[in-house]
Amino acid sequence: MTVKLVVNGDALESASAPDTPLLWVLRDEFGLTGTKFGCGVAVCGACTVHVDGEAMRSCQLPVGDVDGAVTTIEGLSDGETLSAVQTAWVAHQVAQCGYCQAGQQMQAASLLSDNPQPTDADISAAMNGNLCRCGTYPRIRAAIHTAAAALREG
Amino acid sequence: MGRVAKIARRTFLVGSAAVAGGVAFGVYKFVEPAPNPLNSSEGRISLNAFVIITEDGVTLVSPKAEMGQGVHTTWAALIAEELDVDWKDITVIHGPPAKAYYNSALFGMALPFKDYKVNDFQQAMREFAGNGAKLLSLQMTGGSTSMRDGFERMRLAGATAREVLKRAAGKRLGLAPDALETRDGQVIAPDGRTLSYQDVAVEAADINPPSVELRDPSTWRYLGTSLPRVDMEDKITGKAMYSIDVVLEGMKFASVRMSPRRQGMRRFDASAAKAMSGIDGVIDMGEGIAVIADNTWIAMQAVEAVDIDWEPSLYPDTTAGLMQEIEAAFDAAPNTVGRDDGTADADHPGQELLAEYSVPYLAHATMEPMNATALFTDDALSIWCGNQSPTSIQSACAQEVGFEPEQVTVTTTVMGGGFGRRGEADVAVLAARIAKKRPGVPIKLTWSREEDMRRDFYRPAAMARMRGVVNAGQPVAVDVSFAASSVILQSRARPALTPFTVEQAALSGSDPEGLSGAHDQPYQIPNYRVRGHIVPSTLPIGYWRAVGASFGGFFFDSFIDEMAHAAGRDPLAFRIDMAREEHAPSVRVLEAVGEMSNWSAARSAGRALGVGFTYSFGSPVAQVVEVVEEDGAIRIAKVWIAADVGIALDPGNIEAQLTGGCLFGLSAAVMGEVTFRDGEAEQSNFYDYDALRMGAAPAFDVQILENAPYIGGVGEIGTPPAAPALGNALFALAGKRARTLPFNQSFSFV
Repeated sequence: MTVKLVVNGDALESASAPDTPLLWVLRDEFGLTGTKFGCGVAVCGACTVHVDGEAMRSCQLPVGDVDGAVTTIEGLSDGETLSAVQTAWVAHQVAQCGYCQAGQQMQAASLLSDNPQPTDADISAAMNGNLCRCGTYPRIRAAIHTAAAALREG
Repeated sequence: MGRVAKIARRTFLVGSAAVAGGVAFGVYKFVEPAPNPLNSSEGRISLNAFVIITEDGVTLVSPKAEMGQGVHTTWAALIAEELDVDWKDITVIHGPPAKAYYNSALFGMALPFKDYKVNDFQQAMREFAGNGAKLLSLQMTGGSTSMRDGFERMRLAGATAREVLKRAAGKRLGLAPDALETRDGQVIAPDGRTLSYQDVAVEAADINPPSVELRDPSTWRYLGTSLPRVDMEDKITGKAMYSIDVVLEGMKFASVRMSPRRQGMRRFDASAAKAMSGIDGVIDMGEGIAVIADNTWIAMQAVEAVDIDWEPSLYPDTTAGLMQEIEAAFDAAPNTVGRDDGTADADHPGQELLAEYSVPYLAHATMEPMNATALFTDDALSIWCGNQSPTSIQSACAQEVGFEPEQVTVTTTVMGGGFGRRGEADVAVLAARIAKKRPGVPIKLTWSREEDMRRDFYRPAAMARMRGVVNAGQPVAVDVSFAASSVILQSRARPALTPFTVEQAALSGSDPEGLSGAHDQPYQIPNYRVRGHIVPSTLPIGYWRAVGASFGGFFFDSFIDEMAHAAGRDPLAFRIDMAREEHAPSVRVLEAVGEMSNWSAARSAGRALGVGFTYSFGSPVAQVVEVVEEDGAIRIAKVWIAADVGIALDPGNIEAQLTGGCLFGLSAAVMGEVTFRDGEAEQSNFYDYDALRMGAAPAFDVQILENAPYIGGVGEIGTPPAAPALGNALFALAGKRARTLPFNQSFSFV
């Protein structure tokens, strides 16, 4: 029995049991290691991916329950062209250890697709589930504002 | 500015001076360069242990491990500054474990003089002591030492490589090297002819490096500027390879469940785990079990499905018992006297203050859980592991499988956080132990977050007894006693893995590092004594961001704040007065943070400021925290930071380290606590061991000063002043002094 998935535009089949969390199918079966394991219980946000554009914690999403196209950090950019969120992350030199930043960016991209001009309070509410132990929050906040402005200006 | 010859001479002179101390043997060894571990091969020429020229460009070796602190970038900038290569053309790698990559700054840290009063002779002593690290071949990233270690050595590495390239080009062109210039990877002749570094690298590798003069800082192109990090794009595109991301052909996935009580197993029953699908094997690991499986998730489920009867802990099995063990250490004579100015134990006229403080055990909780990949064959072991100490991993893994260290290769990847945890070799040794059971099969061992919490080497809990005297608005005496386990002594005495015996925990010796943040503060107090009582405990403890100063700074600076209030003085002015005749750079950071925060201006009701100050790792840091009461809960609204790092090599990165270090300290101060029951840590994941999130993180304003005469540490210095600054602000707001961390036991936070 296999599970059919679309990941970053590619049609893939998983041989894992349907209750296997999407995170481990991506990492251990497909070799897409950009999506990170942090807690396993959806409290740190390191494993955040998009399913049909919506941010989801892949460590708590059984692969058999995935009902849309999956986008991971590897698919956030358009080939070599960085997305607005990634461009802002570079401009603000956000990452320190970088381990949580795939999840942070996937969450931020999802926020900006819902809310093109988020306030500081909107950012706090949307990003509170994404833990960073290096303390990059001030730069994440600044980068989200920069990315929002870039997206509005097209 | 230094020359190679001058450094060698200075080392010899200091060596001679120290002969009376019995270290004459070392002098020749110190100046003899360690062998270059990098082999030159087709299309790849190594000019020294730090510079490799390839057909594609220039690769610089940063043997310092990148755990987020930006060290690969600034280390590379030190070399590139003298080598004259374009920033966008360089590649940075970590390199293998090797003697050439010893940490020369590490051993210079625990010398018996006041660090902030260091003069030229003492600085030379510090460098000399660092040569001890070379003899021990200790390649270690920690103690905020990287820039102090590399500041001169790496510019020399770049300059000597440049000079041999010029000499090789000069031979080709028939010109004297002095007639040539270098720019962006090219040697340029006066007539405009150019040779690339690639063109002349092969000949350059055979030329002995001459003495070189380092460039004047006023001519620096990279150093002193905020450079784009070399690891940024890989980290924001998911391409960065942490050790948890290692993928090898035929790899199997493993997880472990080792004793949370740090002793053995009485018995275990793995029948339920073996019945699960996707299981490749259950392994008896002595102090626990391992499961090999088709994916990491199955392995993690399976280890939890094994029924295990653990032996009890050797250490007291509750938090209360552990704190009693700590308190009992006060009954014995102190092991360490860190400072004893005047007569602190005498009666002095004035108002006497007495206080007791305590802090809990803390976890590291790096975002990337502990992991390592191992491949064992008949005559070789390969380890992939993000780590802060590759030479210790190499020797510990060699010992585990019965090999010589030379048979073990260690690949050090970037790390998803370190904070001291990744100086331990335990996870690599466990991976080696599993891999030895499956020769030829690469085994990736990944811990669950729960395993990461219950098998940490915790930041030690500590207690302090403080006595102070103030009179007529002035500090007269401060007499401080700490009780805590010694990180430095325990980590030297114990094996890579628990269990530790009582004998291994019964440590003798002294530990000035355990008094950091208290005995080494740049204050003139007529009677100033700081002593330490080492707690002999088998509970595993370890390095943590600013470990000693993370609690010593809290105890000492909070009590200084108490003394200021008792003396009827402004807390900021009180600190400035004590530092005034002792250490000018510290006065300046305190003044700067006062100006930045508009300290003397009144705040509206429900809003208050607190100041914290700690000198640590060679750098004074002052922080002012603003707290605001919102509907009965407290918000940390803003933090102003002023720090003096002597020479600011990369201001943008230093700002990131100062704010990140402060947030690390604030998280611990507000909510960090590991407690024990039945000998096991009660916390298991981020829902019960959390840190500040985006919504609770304050805004920051940072100023970097450069008045100190020597380069100071950066990566840890933001942490120590955070807890006292917050506690002092809470006192200013509520009139309540919380002397026990975390503060959420005494206050509600948003």
